[in-house]
Amino acid sequence: MSTDEQDKALRREQEERLSRVWHTPPGWRYWSAVNNSEVGRWYTATAFAFFLFAGVLGLLMRAQLSVPENTLLPAGLYNQVFTLHGTAMMFLFAVPIFEAVAILILPTMLAARDLPFPRLSAFGYWCFLIGGVFVCGSIFFNAAPDGGWFMYPPLTTDPKLSGIGADIWLLGLSFIEVASIAAAVELIVGVLKCRPPGMRINTMPLYCWYVLIVGGMILFAFPPLIAGDILFELERLAGWPFFDPARGGDPLLWQHLFWIFGHPEVYIVFLPSIALLAMMVPTFARRPIVGYSWIVLAAVGTGFLSFGLWVHHMFTTGLPAISLGFFSAASEAVAIPTGVQIFVFVATMLAGRVVFSTPMLFAAGSLGIFVFGGLTGVMVAIAPFDWQAHDTYFVVAHLHYVLIGGMLMPLLAGAYYYVPLVMGRKLSDRLGRWVFWLMFCGFNIGFMPMHFTGLRGMPRRVFTYPGGIGWDWLNLISTVGAFIFASGLVLFTWDVLVGLRRRPYAPRNPWNAGTLEWLGPLPAPEYGVRSVPAIASRYPLWDQPDLMRDVDEGRCYLPDAEEGQRETMVTSVLDSHPVQCLRVPGNSFLPMICAVLVGASFIGTAFHFYWSSLVVGIAGMFAIMAWLWQGTAVIPEKDEKPVGLGLSLPLYVSGTKSVGWWAMFITLFGDMTAFASLVFSYFYFWTIHEVFPPRWPDGTPQGPGLLWPALAFCLLAGAWGAMLWARARNAAGSATGLRLGLAGAALLALGSASAMLWAPWQAGLTPTEHAYPASVWVLLGWAAAHLALGVVMQGYCLARSLGGKLTARWDIDIHNVVLYWHFAAVTGVVTLAVVALFPLLA
Amino acid sequence: MVLRLRERADLWTLLMPPTVWALHFLYCYVVAAIHCAKLGGISLTEPNAGQSFAPLGEVRLLVAAGTLVAWALIVIGARQAWRHWGSSLEDLPHDAATPEDRQSFLGFATLLLSGLSFVSVLFIALPAFLIQDCR
Repeated sequence: MSTDEQDKALRREQEERLSRVWHTPPGWRYWSAVNNSEVGRWYTATAFAFFLFAGVLGLLMRAQLSVPENTLLPAGLYNQVFTLHGTAMMFLFAVPIFEAVAILILPTMLAARDLPFPRLSAFGYWCFLIGGVFVCGSIFFNAAPDGGWFMYPPLTTDPKLSGIGADIWLLGLSFIEVASIAAAVELIVGVLKCRPPGMRINTMPLYCWYVLIVGGMILFAFPPLIAGDILFELERLAGWPFFDPARGGDPLLWQHLFWIFGHPEVYIVFLPSIALLAMMVPTFARRPIVGYSWIVLAAVGTGFLSFGLWVHHMFTTGLPAISLGFFSAASEAVAIPTGVQIFVFVATMLAGRVVFSTPMLFAAGSLGIFVFGGLTGVMVAIAPFDWQAHDTYFVVAHLHYVLIGGMLMPLLAGAYYYVPLVMGRKLSDRLGRWVFWLMFCGFNIGFMPMHFTGLRGMPRRVFTYPGGIGWDWLNLISTVGAFIFASGLVLFTWDVLVGLRRRPYAPRNPWNAGTLEWLGPLPAPEYGVRSVPAIASRYPLWDQPDLMRDVDEGRCYLPDAEEGQRETMVTSVLDSHPVQCLRVPGNSFLPMICAVLVGASFIGTAFHFYWSSLVVGIAGMFAIMAWLWQGTAVIPEKDEKPVGLGLSLPLYVSGTKSVGWWAMFITLFGDMTAFASLVFSYFYFWTIHEVFPPRWPDGTPQGPGLLWPALAFCLLAGAWGAMLWARARNAAGSATGLRLGLAGAALLALGSASAMLWAPWQAGLTPTEHAYPASVWVLLGWAAAHLALGVVMQGYCLARSLGGKLTARWDIDIHNVVLYWHFAAVTGVVTLAVVALFPLLA
Repeated sequence: MVLRLRERADLWTLLMPPTVWALHFLYCYVVAAIHCAKLGGISLTEPNAGQSFAPLGEVRLLVAAGTLVAWALIVIGARQAWRHWGSSLEDLPHDAATPEDRQSFLGFATLLLSGLSFVSVLFIALPAFLIQDCR
């Protein structure tokens, strides 16, 4: 046999091995898949299904409003319909579709075989599906939430007024938010650590920049809402009066917490869609993007500024004008980076030779609509104008222009662009033009008149209106437009579901793009990239002519799966130097089982089955531990392996080098944001009360005292120190030292947590009496729960050590748990300082 | 993270200017909110919310001082970014896969962010000087 034939035979064997390792099982076991391509597809399809569902709700609303005094929907059902429309669009479509698309295409852009935590993606997906079906399904039992998608108290804190709907909203969505945070962690670590060798921070695709920024924004935006949800549920289920002014609470606190989440969320859904445009504009302009650094400026700048806008949803709540002024100024300032992105796209198109195509048609249309919505946004950012337009259809028009122009239309552009990558076939260009013009015209016919209905005084969320006050024909036109818009979407859906199958496979790199996602053959093989190339350009397919051939012939990294393991490369953050060959876990039902158990405990809580929820929740925790035990920090059969091109990489790294450490770090950042929101709530109550903490009848200030918090502090310091000691002993090779340290730390932590809870109890602070004791309890409870979770982790490490899976050489677990303890210790110390020392100052 | 000057640009140096903006924003908001709630007698939970003619008093001074500090920090960050960038306009768009271009790119992007942050800090400070009292 000649060398050439030997080469070919070897290549065939490698491909067979790769296919076997990455194979997705047939039949019912298909649902155990965790590979990014399968999970991404399910995620996208599910989010799109929720979108269609919410769209139907929107059409129902338009049908009801088409003529005055209409009786199609009764008032109560209308309330459920508009609440669920907003909720599903934002929580079940806009944010999840970002995660779905990113899970689907990010690995291909990075020439990675998978993201670092495939089972976490799968877990996130199942959580999303269960939570979404739970929330949406409620409307079929006439039990959907009906207080508006932002759930303002006091309307919604009263269980008699709102029924079970508010609980379904709070618990169902909290559950989904956890999944969103999981996806954010996965995507951030993916962008930072899973790039191909040589793809430095200045050459990574712009989409990666956006994913990074949006992932970071999720970590700062979602936790305040989770914190708010906790306060809200405590008020609804246990009567802790956080939002009840009669007992020292304040409904405005909820508005703050909700909009600290809610406004950045607008940008969380907008930026990833714009990111799709940033990928396709250079492709169709046939040149690199003009102003890569400017896009980075815009993405980072928008990411930050978007956190200074939340009060512009609260301009009419009576806050002092100076507070409004700050937020108004920030709302104007955010137009700068947003505008920069649009100018960059325009400049790229002007500097290149634009090839006309369906994706670009959608891109152009979306920019038109978005700019219009952005300009009305600048109008409502001016407080005096907002006082007039607040809660009218003007705002409805504005937000739909922004969201449909900034999120939905670019997403559809992305769909036309990326469907060949995912399905192997192109959508129809002819139908695409129909879809575009139906949607574009329908949208403008539907939503443009709403500006005028709004200026003529029509409020949002009314289920009907009297005739003859100048709203009739405007509403009728809006309804007609909405149905035209929807017909475009129906056509699109038909093309994706039916039309697509009739068309031939697309050629490789059908758009002649320059970025790595178009590297492989279509339809893509299950293992993704054939071998991982070294990258030396922002547009490697344009600038590295031999790249495709080298990759196909397996001449790059990781061309094989000799040991029958799923593997991908981990590289350094800034310069993408290879640091590890990461073994990623394969298919498993465990993520689904965990999601079902955790989901059941959330759903049970909504129906007040507390004990069974607790039992199911604990079962869920054990299932998660079984998953971790069997799928993470797996000890490899050898220290390192050759990955091709003469490079040998370690299979096991720990501490700051491991992806797990980064994931823990990032998750805890999010956790800290939730904690900061609770601390904010405490001080918020201080600002609204003249006397805070309130006084006991004898005139002394209420509080948990000093003795027990001091004891809790000492025990906590001991627990933290013992963890450091345990890690040091383990590094020195002493398993006994590690186990002693862990056991000692666990005892001290339990003592500290008990002292934290005993302190307010012995002081007689009753959380149902006033917002002050309630905030003290919630802070201490939060800290104690973190210590308890830390004890579970210590027990896990102890078991791993006894099971021989945690040793001086194989020490991922202890590093990650010590990292958790740094954060837990900070949480505990800040909590104790706030609840014990602040009353002395005040 | 913020003040230590570094030889090598990284993601932390990139995030410094907007982080300063965020802290300045939070600072202005908190100073004004506490002043008007505690000294201005604003109470949102009683009738006539927001009807307080209490002057802004020390708020202006505090906002001015905070703004100067924020500007100073942003300028420090910008100077460092300028150094990282190497003021190499002719080398744009810094798209080579080399450590030098990575450094220049991060420097340039940080410089742009410093500009945005500087202007946005001004935006945020202005209301304190345009508004008279706690109404």
